[in-house]
Amino acid sequence: MKVAVLVFPGSNSDHDAYHAAKHVCGREARFVWHKEGSLGDADAVIVPGGFSYGDYLRTGAIARFAPVMAAVAEFAKKGGPVLGICNGFQILQEAGLLPGAMLRNRGVRFLSQLVHVRVERDDTAATAGLAPGTVLSMPIAHGEGNFFAEPDELDRLEQRGQVVFRYGEPDGSLSDAANPNGSARAIAGVCNEGRNVVGLMPHPERASEPHLHHGGDGRRLMEAFLSATAVRA
Amino acid sequence: MIRARVHVSLKKSVFDPQGRTIHEALGSLGYAAVADVRAGKFFDLQLETADAAAAKAMAEEMARRVLSNPVIESFTVELLS
Repeated sequence: MKVAVLVFPGSNSDHDAYHAAKHVCGREARFVWHKEGSLGDADAVIVPGGFSYGDYLRTGAIARFAPVMAAVAEFAKKGGPVLGICNGFQILQEAGLLPGAMLRNRGVRFLSQLVHVRVERDDTAATAGLAPGTVLSMPIAHGEGNFFAEPDELDRLEQRGQVVFRYGEPDGSLSDAANPNGSARAIAGVCNEGRNVVGLMPHPERASEPHLHHGGDGRRLMEAFLSATAVRA
Repeated sequence: MIRARVHVSLKKSVFDPQGRTIHEALGSLGYAAVADVRAGKFFDLQLETADAAAAKAMAEEMARRVLSNPVIESFTVELLS
């Protein structure tokens, strides 16, 4: 497994993702600059968090036009596993590779805190082996993480099993208080119809080592993703 | 040269946390007549063309593809001067 970690101007979780993939999970990893037109021989792609292009216009709106994103779209179309974390999730939404869009957090504040997310599906490129109902504790750090889609689109996402993570209580139950940013139906992460592209707002790569105060839950997700084999169409 | 102004705002069906916060701030300053506030943004595009119809079409295409996100936002285009 060779994982490509994209780097945009303003990415700030690229080194964390690289570290988690390479040093914690023991996979081959390399950075791919946004101006590159190819992903080389990568068999998985991480679109990391940060503030690509200063979040100008909208979060992820400029990054989606970077040359490397055409290669990511092609890779995704062929079934290659792609994981978008935080700003990476927003970029994949802007690129049309993942559904929905992010609104400003309902409290209008930037949120940096630990949350609990409940795994809803184990049939995606990032959650194989994580039984539905599994609760993972991971940090969030975002100002625009309030997942939005029109109600009929939300119904379609639920029917197709594209809701992969929801914000919840430590026991996995849902409550308004446990939904930090006001996301529709407490959605913290989704996948595409092909189930090979997954995006989530929490940061698994920042919770990949038990000696960090964020704990080690994120490693389970990183390992699941890095074990994903491409579903070649 | 034609100047086109593109207004982008959240669709009516989308809750606007920023607008709500501004509304509350105005209320706390005593502006009780404010019934609602919606926040948005605008872009002034200087277009190197003399053809008004072409300028409008160009601005609309850019608004649709780049300046707005159709999942959450709507836009209007007006030609200035």
